[in-house]
Amino acid sequence: MMATSLSERREHYLNISYGVKSWLLTTDHKRIALLYLISITLFFFLGGAFAVLIRLELLTPTGDLLQSETYNKLFTMHGVTMVFFFLIPSIPAVLGNFLVPMMIGARDLAFPRLNLASWYIYTIGGLFTLVAAVAGGVDTGWTFYTPYSTSYANTHVILTAVGIFITGFSSILTGLNFIVTIHTMRAPGLTWFRLPLFIWAQYAASLIMVLGTPVVAIAIVLVALERLLRIGIFDPALGGDPVLFQHLFWFYSHPAVYIMILPAMGVINELITCFSRKRIFGYPFIAFSGLAIALLGFLVWGHHMFLSSQSVYASMVFSILSFLVAIPSAVKVFNWTATLYKGSISYETPMLYAFGFIGLFTVGGLTGLFLATLAVDVHVHDTYFIVAHFHYIMVGGVIMAYLGGIHFWWPKMSGRMYPEGWGRLAALVIFIGFNLTFFPQFLLGYLGMPRRYHIYPPEFQVLNVMSSAGASILGVGYLIPMVYLLWSLRYGAVADPNPWEAKGLEWETPSPPPTANFEKTPVVTEEAYAYWPKEADVG
Amino acid sequence: MRLGFPLFPEQASTVAGQVDALYFFLVAVSVFFSVLIFVLLIYFAVKYRRRSDAEWPRPIVGDLRLELLWTLIPLGITMVMFIWGASLYVTMFRPPAEALEISVIGKQWMWKFQHPGGQREINALHVPTGRPVKLTMTSEDVIHSFFVPAFRTKMDVLPGRYTTTWFEATKIGQYHSFCAEYCGTQHAGMIGQVVVLPPAQYEKWLAGGGPAESPTVTGAKLFQTLGCGACHRADTKARGPSLDNLFGTRVRMRDGTTVIADEGYLRESILSPNARIVAGYQPVMPTFRGQIGEEGIFQIIAYIKSLVREERAKVR
Repeated sequence: MMATSLSERREHYLNISYGVKSWLLTTDHKRIALLYLISITLFFFLGGAFAVLIRLELLTPTGDLLQSETYNKLFTMHGVTMVFFFLIPSIPAVLGNFLVPMMIGARDLAFPRLNLASWYIYTIGGLFTLVAAVAGGVDTGWTFYTPYSTSYANTHVILTAVGIFITGFSSILTGLNFIVTIHTMRAPGLTWFRLPLFIWAQYAASLIMVLGTPVVAIAIVLVALERLLRIGIFDPALGGDPVLFQHLFWFYSHPAVYIMILPAMGVINELITCFSRKRIFGYPFIAFSGLAIALLGFLVWGHHMFLSSQSVYASMVFSILSFLVAIPSAVKVFNWTATLYKGSISYETPMLYAFGFIGLFTVGGLTGLFLATLAVDVHVHDTYFIVAHFHYIMVGGVIMAYLGGIHFWWPKMSGRMYPEGWGRLAALVIFIGFNLTFFPQFLLGYLGMPRRYHIYPPEFQVLNVMSSAGASILGVGYLIPMVYLLWSLRYGAVADPNPWEAKGLEWETPSPPPTANFEKTPVVTEEAYAYWPKEADVG
Repeated sequence: MRLGFPLFPEQASTVAGQVDALYFFLVAVSVFFSVLIFVLLIYFAVKYRRRSDAEWPRPIVGDLRLELLWTLIPLGITMVMFIWGASLYVTMFRPPAEALEISVIGKQWMWKFQHPGGQREINALHVPTGRPVKLTMTSEDVIHSFFVPAFRTKMDVLPGRYTTTWFEATKIGQYHSFCAEYCGTQHAGMIGQVVVLPPAQYEKWLAGGGPAESPTVTGAKLFQTLGCGACHRADTKARGPSLDNLFGTRVRMRDGTTVIADEGYLRESILSPNARIVAGYQPVMPTFRGQIGEEGIFQIIAYIKSLVREERAKVR
């Protein structure tokens, strides 16, 4: 451990230069990660504010707080903001940007300027969407189904679509950067099977970003063309096919869920091993199950379309493939659980989030089986059941892992410790609030409450009130870390280079790291997660 | 239905119980695996909690047998789910031959129904118990989805094509129907009622609405007005194929493919006549797009269906 003398000011990536320009023109992946952190946090709270209004409206069966137009815009903007401007960039653009070079012993990503460009592209896309929101919003749902979006909606479809189109390129560039970096910039001795599993996960997610994003970009351009020029692509009145849009949209937007969840799974590997001081159980199975998810994920989009008039046989193929993609996810959960066996487990905040992730992801994954089952999907499709399911994956899964990761690497990023007691409390509040919000929605969905309804039959009210009550707890849960993390920047204890006694190259450099990450290029001689006493043999 | 706080939907169709049985199987599997994972997590977390900071446990590499076990067992279980779900799905999508045929038109923001006897309804649908009801559906604008939770049926309703679904109601009562596909401003207002009556009362209800003209008769009149019979005739002057006994048969096209003459094919032939040309004929038919609405198309199709002789209909 390094004993830093406080009298001697150490130079690191945060204090090497000051001023707005030094941030806006930086090519340091760590600073860009922080730029992303700030941007996506703003979008997260914006998307959260939309959710607050949605849950308030749903307290009563009548449309008393909001008119239908307003409500439709709110759930659209909630979905657009959360999916495209928070969840997709969350772990890759913040934690991935910060950690990919550090974990592989590199001084930056392969294309640092491209990395900065991707943040600008993201920001410009975000501004378009913000302008659309301020100018009056958009009411197509985040799915932009045609022909409603192309021929009927009279809200700011084009402006929002342009925003999403632009932001897609930031995702493509980030994915490209990660793939090249992981291939070419690993430290001496860092073979593929010595890589932290977070890197494998980022790699798998990057493949989807590069291969999938162009397809949604094409779909969005076609929507804009039909809307502006009235050429018939999707609208049957113009000779188009509305189901074609659904194919194009879900070809990206289903794999997009794996862009979110794979990096989340990557984070969990790091947390579980560190806080149980154990080598990961079944390293190759976890590594390859991630790739299997990325590849199979491209072949399941039709399960969003079991009722869209798609042929029965196509639906059967998509159903069986959707079951297959569940298997590698199950394999991961079992391996994480087995990693705990005979470990030395401590309960710091990041580990609480990891536990929360496994629990909620298990529920989210298992309820996905209901949706893959053709006859049951007929009933629960487009109801609150699916709303509950994907929130268990995206909020219960991705946000738990993201917050776990933020706490875990906070000392590295900021050089300060967060207050542990508050951290544990917030994790608990979020876990409880989350379940109270979304579990009742499974029941509501099977009862038959459709999604995107602001007025509903009175027999659904009790469950809706429970959900809204839970959401208020969840909202408070998200505000607590916001406050204490900011507080810690000034008042938190100064962090050691390796406060968790964790393995991994990022912990072998000071906190916060110098701009070049490592004083000299590290040489790797052991596998990842070598959490064992020096004398013990593996096996 | 009268409970203020139900936790489970009513079962009011023949498939409802079957869907629920499969649902409970899925719930049982999910509860089993969730409890398994939760118990293991908590048990390990407590049993192997860190007792001293100097603790560095011995590593375990992995275990191929375990990996195979937790790959193959879930695979087996999910394949059971797949087969069970797919076979029930096929049942849910194949309407029985003797079904009562009701046409459905969705539009922003209402449902229009027409019974075989010509009776029309908006946002309410009366059906008898004990008889399969087949809905042939289309939309006049955007995509809608017809959803009756108590029947466990749902099907998207698209502009420009027909979709079908069917159910057989088993329990007398009133049930919600919802539009399940977001369709614009008043989407949440597209809530309707399905009223299930005993067969005798259904007949009484049909008769009670005043005189109604059956779609077959309206269709025949439209057929006259639009001059369809000038070309579609049985004699040698016919420039178009005869429509007698056409419905439900396999038709050979000029390009050698064959098509089943179902509702969707007839609809396409009226609106986009040149999309597929029957073998032996020229692409001379003009489109009737704009001259005839979705309702009129339904009626002409009902008329064409009525041209099928009884004995052949039975063979089908």
